Amino acid sequence: MEASIASFAYLVAAICFILGIRGLASPETARQGNWIAIAGMAIAVGATLLRPQIATFELVLGGIVIGGAVGTLIALRVKITDLPQLVAIFNSLVGLAAVLIAAAALESPSLYGIPLNGGLATHSLVEIMASTAIGAVTFTGSVVAFAKLQGLMRSAPITFTGQRAVNAFVGLIVLMAALAFAGWGTAGLFWALALAALIWGVLVVIPIGGADMPVVISVLNSASGWASCGIGFTLDNPLMIITGALVGASGAILSYIMCKGMNRSLAHVLLGGFGGETEGPTGEAADRGPVKAGNAGDAAFMMRNAGSVVVVPGYGMAVAQAQHALREMVDMLEGEGVRVRFAIHPVAGRMPGHMNVLLAEANVPYDKVVEMEAINRDFPSTDIAFVIGANDITNPSARTDPSSPIYGMPVLEVDRARMVMFVKRSMASGYAGVDNPLFFNENTMMLFGDAKAMCEGVIKSLE
Amino acid sequence: MADPLNRDAAAIADRAGQLADEAQRLAAEASDLAHRAAQADAPGTDPLLFGLTVFALACFVGYYVVWKVTPALHAPLMSVANAISGVVVLGAMIAAGPAIFGISKILGFVAVVLASVNIFGGFIITQRMLQMFRKKDS
Repeated sequence: MEASIASFAYLVAAICFILGIRGLASPETARQGNWIAIAGMAIAVGATLLRPQIATFELVLGGIVIGGAVGTLIALRVKITDLPQLVAIFNSLVGLAAVLIAAAALESPSLYGIPLNGGLATHSLVEIMASTAIGAVTFTGSVVAFAKLQGLMRSAPITFTGQRAVNAFVGLIVLMAALAFAGWGTAGLFWALALAALIWGVLVVIPIGGADMPVVISVLNSASGWASCGIGFTLDNPLMIITGALVGASGAILSYIMCKGMNRSLAHVLLGGFGGETEGPTGEAADRGPVKAGNAGDAAFMMRNAGSVVVVPGYGMAVAQAQHALREMVDMLEGEGVRVRFAIHPVAGRMPGHMNVLLAEANVPYDKVVEMEAINRDFPSTDIAFVIGANDITNPSARTDPSSPIYGMPVLEVDRARMVMFVKRSMASGYAGVDNPLFFNENTMMLFGDAKAMCEGVIKSLE
Repeated sequence: MADPLNRDAAAIADRAGQLADEAQRLAAEASDLAHRAAQADAPGTDPLLFGLTVFALACFVGYYVVWKVTPALHAPLMSVANAISGVVVLGAMIAAGPAIFGISKILGFVAVVLASVNIFGGFIITQRMLQMFRKKDS
């Protein structure tokens, strides 16, 4: 009877999770969807507490209280700009939890009602193997991604000679340990597999550069889902299988969207070593001719007299924490009767939807924030494109120059606007290490300086 | 003359009744057997196949639901995915719950803590983000 109640509760929880994600189809239904998902989780945990396997509650409830308190504190205190790191660390926790639960299932299978006929069945071993390997890679991979995003580690690709060979070799060890574990199922092989996968997770992520993080985070998010899915198979728990599949699918689709946003294959991104955030002007850039530099006063004057302005934010805006000053600037321009909108490239920032959240944090209404496909056709009728902390995602050579490394990448077509303003610290090329010919255009004005200071300067001139 | 005839008739009727009972019992047994046979053949009784069925359908649901998510909310999508993947807590709770103390109990406890960080942290940060998405005049 308890089993049926629990199964029914799990079904209800699964429906709640699906509705929770469904809610994200629109900002209007999203908050409600989140509450439904929370209710689903409460139902699932509550029903599990009633199960007879849970005889003592100290560790179970103690764990929930401790973890809940830590999670609550982190989530309430974290700055919205640090969101990519937060998602990375949360991915890692699920990965580690999956490894630990797989270890527990191997240690005492009877707890979970896993049949033992002189050892675990092969399919149980395969399930434990899969969740351990995926969980361990997710764990260390996410920790490295976190360290890169948090600045604890160089965010540029970390490469060494023979790296691919080393990665392939360790990957082979993971595979062999996995096969051996599926065959013999000893605890020693389990930990060997876990260890190899942990090392491999580090090796795979270190050569991937900062601007590829949207893909890495999405892939790890997906992997954390597949790991929980594997645990669901081991424990015969349909709710975990369903949830794992939802999370896995979500991460996979986001990875696909991010790769498409860069016109690169997943393999190309994950093999790493692409680009490098070079500081300082490159030699080539100097030969391209003069650039027109302006100051905040010029920018304020031109934008005040423009009919329409499209703001293109990039990671530089996030780094400079310029979103609030930018919003103030936009409010003043709107007060002068200028039509202002924001254009978002899918891979702007360090995670999917990064720019949208930063703008929302600065109280920019979401109906003024437009996706790339929708805004590109409006650039020809735009007076000024105000690019702040972005570069590659506006580079027209992606459309025109087949020899460019970013050729074919969809870009925001700011060059079609009557005028382009670039807020940049220097003439440095972007992440891809490609020069942006737009800097040298007749109708481009470079605004050198910190993004936040520039916005404040424009505000001052507008007052 | 009539008396033995009556007795015979009663005996025959009795036999017929017994036969009917027997037939009924047989029928019941046959249907039971058929039911059991059907159950044995029915797909989904093997837990692995049942799991795969659920998995495949959930992948399709995930695919269609996630494509409907507006790109503006991709960040909350990731954090809510963090939160619900904390559902592994259910497995961790069972490892941490038994009366006998053992290694699996410790492993379970640590996993409960980790998964709970995800559940609470994930849902709260999602809610924080979603609070920020406002229309122009709200």
